[in-house]
Amino acid sequence: MAINLDFPTVWARWPSFLDGATLTLELALMATVFGGTLGTLCAVGRRSRNSTIASLSGAYVEAIRNTPFLVQIFLVYFGLASLGLKLSAFTVAAMALTINVGAYTTEIMRAGFDAIPRGQIEAAEGLALSRFQVYWHIVLLPAMEKVYPSLTSQFVLMMLASSVCSQISAEELTAVANFIQSDTYRAFETYITIAVIYVVLSLVLRAGFWGLGLVLFPRLRRLGTPL
Amino acid sequence: MGGDLNINHLEFLGHGALWTLGLSAMALIGGGLFGFVLALARIAPARALRWASGGYIQLIQGTPLLVILFLGYFGLAAIGFDLSPLVAAGASLTIYNAAYFGEIWRGCIQSVPKPQWEAAEGLGLSRTQRMFKVILPQAIRIATPPTVGFTVQIIKNTSLASVIGFVELARAGQIINNSLFKPFLIYAIIALIYFAMCYPISRLSRRLERRMALGRAQPIPA
Amino acid sequence: MSDPTAIVSLKDVHKSFGPLKVLDGVSFSVARGEVMAIIGRSGSGKSTALRCIDRFERIDSGTIEVCGHRVDDPQVDLKALRQDIGIVFQSYNLFPHLTVEENITLAPCSVKRVAKAEAKSLARQVLAQVGLEDKLNSYPEQLSGGQQQRAAIARSLAMQPKVMLFDEVTSALDPELTGEVLKVIEALAADGMTMVMVTHEMGFAKGIADRIVFMHRGKVHEAGTAGILSAPATPELAQFVGTGF
Repeated sequence: MAINLDFPTVWARWPSFLDGATLTLELALMATVFGGTLGTLCAVGRRSRNSTIASLSGAYVEAIRNTPFLVQIFLVYFGLASLGLKLSAFTVAAMALTINVGAYTTEIMRAGFDAIPRGQIEAAEGLALSRFQVYWHIVLLPAMEKVYPSLTSQFVLMMLASSVCSQISAEELTAVANFIQSDTYRAFETYITIAVIYVVLSLVLRAGFWGLGLVLFPRLRRLGTPL
Repeated sequence: MGGDLNINHLEFLGHGALWTLGLSAMALIGGGLFGFVLALARIAPARALRWASGGYIQLIQGTPLLVILFLGYFGLAAIGFDLSPLVAAGASLTIYNAAYFGEIWRGCIQSVPKPQWEAAEGLGLSRTQRMFKVILPQAIRIATPPTVGFTVQIIKNTSLASVIGFVELARAGQIINNSLFKPFLIYAIIALIYFAMCYPISRLSRRLERRMALGRAQPIPA
Repeated sequence: MSDPTAIVSLKDVHKSFGPLKVLDGVSFSVARGEVMAIIGRSGSGKSTALRCIDRFERIDSGTIEVCGHRVDDPQVDLKALRQDIGIVFQSYNLFPHLTVEENITLAPCSVKRVAKAEAKSLARQVLAQVGLEDKLNSYPEQLSGGQQQRAAIARSLAMQPKVMLFDEVTSALDPELTGEVLKVIEALAADGMTMVMVTHEMGFAKGIADRIVFMHRGKVHEAGTAGILSAPATPELAQFVGTGF
């Protein structure tokens, strides 16, 4: 049986694909910044001497890591709506992704913090640095450096998971594809096209994180240790 | 529209939950078998095999599962291959999870200490014998904690089969919600059911990991 | 309450880790400009005593006073205390992600709010003191162990402490690298720095220390001038001097 493929019809919609890909990247970047910050704070919280803070951070991580993102995004979407908050699908999607990737970041950063030798912290304390200064100047970047490959993989996974945001009709790449395939009846060509775009986006994101690593960890840049 | 959640709804959710477990089992077995082949191919002596399996893994790990599901269901249907939601979901999950298993297990196999490989070679065992009699039995021990951990991902990922109309737990919830319209309540119940399935496995994987770490720990010289 | 000339004084200090009594009524004091060496076999409590002075360990009972700070007081101002004390560790503990200069300027800039330019000239000055002017822009991993330890000393000096604590600072070094570190400490002693050092280097302790404290089973077993090493009063010190343990 002959398979009749028609990619040009689909590719003629390239401006829509471009818009969708842009929105996907924007979602990923927002979730990286906010989720990364949230996760780092919760990782500090999990190591806190205050047991309430420590167990709250722990409960957050377990709740997120043991439920599907699809369910989480619906909960955020309908939860905010039931509170009477009318937010755009993009905002809801960014919030759900932030909450999701924040939990994974918590676990990764905690492992990074745990890998900082006790002596480093004592040396900093001996120099009269405050608890905050110790975290900020001595613990944070070296911890991040130790787990940077895991962080990169996690954020790439998160970018790919953002395709689920199509289910609350955020106009990212997968939602765009859903529309184009229903318009052109070319489902196969459309989804192959965005699969390729996602592969490219994940390479772009990896390259971006590699570049960011060079900025964040000048020692690696100077001494040439591979990231 | 409206009405209250009743026993029939809960029974329907229960069926959905069973299908989630069934689909997870399919994905675990299918993805596991295919992933095992991929892991062996990644470290095969033949360069073509290494490249092909590596390329496959890169490609799949760069594509969202949702897109793979859409391709398997809507995409194939559009070019004349009509698959049932069950077959499309099972196949897509197999294809997707195999890439991750392949990569996890390659790492486990390669982390069997070098002297073990050399010792097996020194005994004059063939490559297949070395792999199956010496390396794999040790790799299985190393692979157990991450494999159990990844099972949690598999269970959660089956929720995406709902978007192609397969009635597992998440889809069952959507259907109930369409008649009751109490989305927050219903999704909270669904989240709880997923949590009840996943959390024990997460705990188990962490316990296995810790036991592994203890087994590895070397006495620290004073 | 205490000897007015003392910068550091411990009185009847007790400290246990669980059932293990590590410090069992330790008392000694260090006067301004004095160099004190604490010796003893491992497990005698000498490192713990030093760590208690900088409040890395809390004591169970007794009093510790350093430059007017009551270290045993739970409300002690740690920031002020630790600005008066410099501590150097066995494992250097330089910050690996910072250059030598950044290692040195970090605390003056963020704790004392010294201006960046001033901190940098301070860094050059303390590095010159330890003979590492040319390593300003190196990262710790580019330095030998001895150089790292000298940089760690310079980092402490940049905070202009009133007393320096040295915790077995040459124990992690290859024998041929200990000399350069000991020379730096000698120069500090000659400059009149008050110092308390836990050390294994018996010959060095003898040469530099104004006073020696020999600790044994959590107590100050014998104390006096360097002369006690040549004429030990107790069999334990005699055995320690003779065999090193």
